[in-house]
Order: sequence, then C-alpha cells, then structure tokens
Amino acid sequence: MGKRVGMEVAIAAAEAVALCNIDVAAVYPITPQSHIAEHMADIIHDGRIDAEFITVESEHSAISACAGASAAGARAYTATSSQGLMLMHEILPIVSAMRLPICMANANRAVSGPLNIWNDHTDIMPQRDSGWISLFVENGQEAIDLSIMSFKIAEDPEVMLPCVVNIDGFQLTHMIEPLELPSQAEVAKFLPPRKAFAQLHPDNPISMGCFAMPDTYTETVKAKEVALRAAKKVVTKVFGEWAKRFGRKYSVVETYRAKDADTLMLTMGSMGETAATAVDELRKAGRKVGLVKLRLWRPFPVEEFKAAVQGCKTLIVMDRAISTGGAGGPVATDVKSLLYGDKKKPRVLNVIAGLGGRDLTVGDFVAMFDLAKKKKDETFELYGVRE
Amino acid sequence: MAKKKTEQKKWPEKWHELNPGCMVFAAGNAANYKTGSWKSQRPLWDNAKCIKCGICYIFCPEGCIQETQDGFYEANLDYCKGCGICAHECWPGAIVMREEEE
Ligand code: SF4
Ligand code: SF4
Repeated sequence: MGKRVGMEVAIAAAEAVALCNIDVAAVYPITPQSHIAEHMADIIHDGRIDAEFITVESEHSAISACAGASAAGARAYTATSSQGLMLMHEILPIVSAMRLPICMANANRAVSGPLNIWNDHTDIMPQRDSGWISLFVENGQEAIDLSIMSFKIAEDPEVMLPCVVNIDGFQLTHMIEPLELPSQAEVAKFLPPRKAFAQLHPDNPISMGCFAMPDTYTETVKAKEVALRAAKKVVTKVFGEWAKRFGRKYSVVETYRAKDADTLMLTMGSMGETAATAVDELRKAGRKVGLVKLRLWRPFPVEEFKAAVQGCKTLIVMDRAISTGGAGGPVATDVKSLLYGDKKKPRVLNVIAGLGGRDLTVGDFVAMFDLAKKKKDETFELYGVRE
Repeated sequence: MAKKKTEQKKWPEKWHELNPGCMVFAAGNAANYKTGSWKSQRPLWDNAKCIKCGICYIFCPEGCIQETQDGFYEANLDYCKGCGICAHECWPGAIVMREEEE
C-alpha cells in the first residue's frame, strides 16, 4: 500500500494518471481542471514518465490528438471542463464509434452563460449520449482510484470505449485531502500495457472512422449501444479486482442506510458525502431516510438502480443540471422513464440544486427533503431560487 | 464483440457482422462500398442527342461516369447518387433524370 499524503485532488488525479504508463497526454488548461493540465505537463517535462505531452491550441484539438494517438495504439489521456468539454462535443461520439479507449477527467463546471467557473453538472449532461462510459467520484481518493481503473475498463477487449471520470470542479479538484496513491509496481500489476485491437501503421494499412450510408448506419448504432451496455459488466469486474488488490470497494450504484428506508435521496458526485450526513441527521430525528449514489452514469446501471430503490415509497432525485424547457433534471428524467413500466415503483420527486457553484450544506439537504415531502404535484423544484 | 483476428469479413448485413468501430482491415477497398443506394433519381442518356463533349464525365462529383467503346457516356449506377449534375450540365439535353420508382 502506498503511504497517505495530504494533496490537492487535481494534483493527485494527475499523479494517478502518471502511474498508468500513458503514452500521450493532450490537455488544454481550463479552470477548474488547470492543475491537472499543469501538473501533467510538469510530470512529463521532468521526465518522470516516458510520454508525449501535446500542447494543443484547443480542446477540440486535444481530443482529436488523443483520437489519432489512440488509433495508432497509444494509451491516451486528456482532461477538461465545461466550455472545453463543449468544444470537444463534436469529436466525443466519433471517438466512441471508433472504439478508441481514451480516458478523460472532467472537472465538472457550469456552462456559460452567464460565464461561471464553479461546479455543477451542466457540462457533462450535453455529452450524455456520446457513447462514453461516464463515472462520478465523490472524493479525492475515488478520483485517484477511478482514474486508474478507467484505463483498465476502457481498454478491456470486451469494451474498447472511451471513459470520462467526473470530478466536481473546486468542490473536489481544489480540496486538499488525505490521500493514498498506490505504488508504481502495484499499478503496473493491475494495469498492463495497452494491447490495441488494431492500430494505424504504415506497414499494415487499415481504415478507421469509416463512412456509413443509410443502409448501414442503424446497424452501427446498434453495435455501439450493445457495446456500451455490455461495458457495465466489465466496470463491475474491474471494481472487484480493485477491491481485492487495494481494499477499497466500489459499486455502480451505492447505498447508504437504505435498507429500511421509506424515502431515498439520489445523488451523483461530491453531493453524496453531504447528503449522507443529512441522512444521519434525519435518521436522528426519526425519519426513515436513506441515500442512493449513482457512480456509473453511462451506461445507466438499470438493474442495480432498480434493486437499490426497490421497496421505497419516495425517491428524491437531486440533479445538478436542468434540461431547460424539458421535464426537469437529466437524472430524474432518466429515472422516471426507467421506472415508468414497473408495477411497483416509488413516487419520484426532483430537486435541482447546487447550480453554478452554489453551496449545498447538510441543512440544504434536510430542507430539500422537507420541500420534496411537501410537494403535491410531480413538477421539479429549483431549490434555493430567490422568488 | 471483439474478434480475435483483425480480418476483413464479408460485407456486413447484420449489426453484429460489423467490425468493431467499423474498421476496415484491408487497403484500397473504397470501390467495394456501393454508395449509390440512396439515390431517388437516375440519369438516362439519349445518345441521339449526345455530341460526345465529355462534360458529364468531367462534372460528375462521384466520378462514376465512364466513356463507352463507341465514345458515348454512361453512369455506373452502383455509385451514382442521383444528384442530376450531369443532366444539368449537358447543354444538348442528352441526359434526363428519371425517378427510381419508374
Ligand atoms: S446523377 Fe450525379 S452522380 Fe449520377 S452520374 Fe449524374 S452527375 Fe454523376
Ligand atoms: S454532356 Fe451530354 S452531350 Fe456531352 S458527352 Fe455527356 S451526354 Fe453527351
């Protein structure tokens, strides 16, 4: 086991990736991801790892450079946030369609406008349907662990898909936490070098990123859909192997004091820890409440989610994003659709909160719980808005 | 769906017959993809009006018009997308576009 250090989470995320024997990092700095970009550049410049750092001129180029490198067989990494992720948007579904296992950290931040550099999930939600595996972390240790695991998941021969690890901007990236980095030898044993399924090489010409006519496109969509759904099994397998080697257990859906709860709150990312404390407080006050944390956002872990909420009467979904002009928050919208056909299902309430860096305290979660419980209709609540 | 070997398979009919990522494991194969399947009209030549100027051959964006042995022109309908540029450019009016259903 590595030794425990006090370290900023963004720095630790870069240090974790440095343990992963990457070949290429193409990263364009953007707040609040900048410390990942800067530290990655330092690590490579100082010769601590044998990798190429490509100083690209934009995020569109960052992901495109990674696509080229990955197609040539390299283990490629990038990191971004908010507007940077929006600029990558065009390339993201191409990367997954080409089955390139690029790994990326996204320091979640609100999208403009108005310009706002603080945390919420409005940047990752427009990328939801791009065919990437999308994971959320709750604290710095999870950022380290999942950054390393993401390569193993993405490169699995049964998966071959890109993977984004969502690390809440500032709330996590800029925290200094007691963290444990595994040793290089341990990571090398866990994560062998990438064995590319196929690679671009002048000696053996192949075509990647081909064109598909109306008579084939639908079949490509089905193939991608099946591949992404199948990735869940590998995510669980890799979590299991991690637990065996490093002792920290992860699941695609995690629960806290949920067993006998009649009401469950559902969160993603750093909200989880505060919500868990709120659950403790509400339990002390005699409320039968628990927490469900969605770690794997895409592919959506349907069965695990349904098992986690089975038997509860009310499910309060906390979203950190909104589908403007739509049905509410993206997580709640998914959850409602997935439960719609079930005979026995909880009442689903949706609270949208913590937008653009607005803090969510334990008191806020208690207040959101009370607010949701009082609701007469099924419309979503924009929590904390000044009326 | 990952197959052990990166071999070129037969033309994919079913979704699981596609290579992962639609990769093509052989070079120089663009001709194998019959890109003419989406046309709604096809060009028809009236050689009695044709003056063999070759304008249609030059303007076809698909490069699918070829000269016949007797110096007239014809389209390879496997690749013709039915854009009608040949008919538009043929100033003696030797080419007309016909609906595919006809
Ligand atoms: S219709 Fe268009 S594609 Fe077809 S032969 Fe004429 S110019 Fe070429
Ligand atoms: S453009 Fe018209 S006239 Fe000229 S070669 Fe083609 S068909 Fe004949």
